Amino acid sequence: MTCCTPATPLVTADAFRPSAPWAEELRLASRRVGDGILQTEISVPSIHCGGCINKIERGLTKLDGVQYVRVNLSSKRLVLRWSELGPPPDAIGALKQLGFNGHLFDPTEAAKPRGDLPRLIRALAVAAFASMNIMSLSVSVWAGAEGSTRDILHWICAAIALPALLYSGRVFYESAWRSLWHGQTNMDVPISIGIAAAFSLSVYDSYHGYDHAYFDAATSLVFFLLIGRTLDYVMRERARTAVKGLAQLSPRGAMTIKADGEFEYLPLKEIRPGTRLLITAGERVPVDCAVDIGISDVDFSLVTGESAPRKVESGAVLQAGTLNITGSLTVVAAATAEESFLAEMIRLMEAAESGKSVYRRIADRASVLYAPAVHMTSLLSFLGWMVIQGDVHQAATIAIAVLIITCPCALGLAVPMVQVVAACRLFENRIMVRDGSAMERLNEINTVIFDKTGTLTLGELQVANIDFIDPDALSVAAGLASHSRHPNARAICAAASVHGATFHRFDEVKEYPGLGLEGIYQGKKYRMGRSLFACGTESNSSDTVLTCEGRQVAAISFSDKVRPGAKALVDKLRSAGISMEIVSGDGISAVRKVADELGITYYTAGVLPGGKLDRVKQLCNQGRKVLMVGDGLNDAPALMAAHVSMAPANAADVGRNNADFVFLQDSLDAVFLAYRISRDSGKLIRQNFVIAIGYNVLALPVAILGYATPFVAALAMSLSSIVVVANAMRLKGAAGKGETKPFGRKLQLGRMAG
Amino acid sequence: MKDFFYLIPISLALGLVGLVLFLWSLKNGQYEDLDGASERILYDDDRPSESCLD
Repeated sequence: MTCCTPATPLVTADAFRPSAPWAEELRLASRRVGDGILQTEISVPSIHCGGCINKIERGLTKLDGVQYVRVNLSSKRLVLRWSELGPPPDAIGALKQLGFNGHLFDPTEAAKPRGDLPRLIRALAVAAFASMNIMSLSVSVWAGAEGSTRDILHWICAAIALPALLYSGRVFYESAWRSLWHGQTNMDVPISIGIAAAFSLSVYDSYHGYDHAYFDAATSLVFFLLIGRTLDYVMRERARTAVKGLAQLSPRGAMTIKADGEFEYLPLKEIRPGTRLLITAGERVPVDCAVDIGISDVDFSLVTGESAPRKVESGAVLQAGTLNITGSLTVVAAATAEESFLAEMIRLMEAAESGKSVYRRIADRASVLYAPAVHMTSLLSFLGWMVIQGDVHQAATIAIAVLIITCPCALGLAVPMVQVVAACRLFENRIMVRDGSAMERLNEINTVIFDKTGTLTLGELQVANIDFIDPDALSVAAGLASHSRHPNARAICAAASVHGATFHRFDEVKEYPGLGLEGIYQGKKYRMGRSLFACGTESNSSDTVLTCEGRQVAAISFSDKVRPGAKALVDKLRSAGISMEIVSGDGISAVRKVADELGITYYTAGVLPGGKLDRVKQLCNQGRKVLMVGDGLNDAPALMAAHVSMAPANAADVGRNNADFVFLQDSLDAVFLAYRISRDSGKLIRQNFVIAIGYNVLALPVAILGYATPFVAALAMSLSSIVVVANAMRLKGAAGKGETKPFGRKLQLGRMAG
Repeated sequence: MKDFFYLIPISLALGLVGLVLFLWSLKNGQYEDLDGASERILYDDDRPSESCLD
């Protein structure tokens, strides 16, 4: 058995969601790669070995119209090329048959070129080549080469340095130019001036036969800075927007019932309030509406975050995006699509994003102070030497030496190096981080808001009293339940297969929407569902009852399990002095139960998505730094508005895309681990700043007094960079004591870059 | 000293070859899927692989 064969067909509440994108969506999510060939990128998070690659590539190649399939194991993504002449291949369906869940990549995301990373790496390679060769030639100059030999070596250095500086340094010149154009200054301005000045002065000096040339300093400066820039870019790459995913939850149209009783499928835009619509089982509700005829169970998880469906009947109000599970409903539209719940959510999220105060990253804050200081020092030393000696060449040499030696080489590495190491560390613990600033922000939090269902709990219904159910009854229940898509039924099937119960085969099964199931087995009539339906008597308990000819055989109760590690997390956060609260869309009794179990004193129940957002904003206005941990679509606006946010991997796509951190494991330990690693990395970043600036402060008098030869400059620059990198590496050791690494795989550029 | 100057262009040329090879392999998509490449050799496949995605 290979590792990718599922051991048991686990059925979760998610399985029945109609996630298969339509053929049109596949077409929309693809881009043209020439000659009638379309390319689609599909993300398949569960690929994890060579067997998976082989299985998927073989399986998908067989589909009609598919010309090319290639799985990328590092980015867990597959590229599919298909001919646009035929209908789009049902790749998602085929993947599902192979046992993988595929998600279409956002078309705008897929169409985006691969970004600046390849350009940065090319620039880095060229700078590395140039700086190493120039450095080795410079060593012979420092070793005492004289006269014409020295001049020849200088000219060779110049010949290597010029193209390398032009090519690799472009990143800095462009950024500096943009910043100057807008009347601002950033770290790249002193860098660009320093590089240009050092090169020109060195050419001048070589021409006039002076001792020193700064070609080595200029190129290695570019090299070191590019390392920092590349790492930083890798960290930033992951930011993306999620609003697009929301729109996909709303159907494109709906079956309307005309006055004469005829059916007509109309696009969403043409549905007006008052239109009668037919919503069959398995469909999403297109607009806000009220139920007219019919009984069904509806999944309101988009609205409340609660996974247990609710029974609806005539008069009930449905929000757009909710999912009709068991029976057909005739409904009357109450609003147009633009005024419906989903559109409202999109507006809330956009408002939350624009209203969020912009976080200024540590490095940016530092550069605002740093750049003017460097310029002033350089200018002052030029003027000072002009006053003392009056020699323009001497003064210019010293001013440039000051610029080079104070160039924020180690500073440029100080932050990204730590953050890349921290991201690796998080990744090993199966936590994904969206960008570097998220770790800086997580370091500042003092309040945590939890969603309940799916966050503090696993969000999957489980049979709570499985040990008390007669095995025979369980087999009967499982046989009946296998005919339904209701989450309770799914939970029974899952529990039965885990316990190895056989599924009895029923001849005739009828599902009564909102009530339960009825079936005939060996001539006897079995019913399972609410007690009123199954036994004919009203009962207070919410248990599902199984009856045989009206006699109760078993009562099955369901519960949502608290995530492992939740209690430990609450204790650890409390001892770290962080206040916690639960804000849930669920009913008060369920919330109180979880809150009491975990010992969280402050909780609110029955909160709508807008209410969660308001609570986050309220806390932010009080100056609290809020970490929002949530999973559902109803949490998405709050996730966006919070100072920093976190979501489990089984969250709705929208929630996941909005979160700064996503943890792949079930346990909530991840939340505290992420917090601790962020805190440690914040400490290391501050240390790195002290080291880098300390070096500069030490080197500055040497440069101002005119002793900073190219040799001293090269030494200072390399040493400070090495110390900063070495300090960043300490994070791994400090955080790794006595812990096992369940996911020992290295973080690679390719994984982050895609 | 001057007798050994011919070594400089040789070493530079060798370095350049290395640089060009690296840039070529980068462009050729050889760093696209480092995990996948190590797994793929385990599965015998007659189909010639197309490694260039662009």
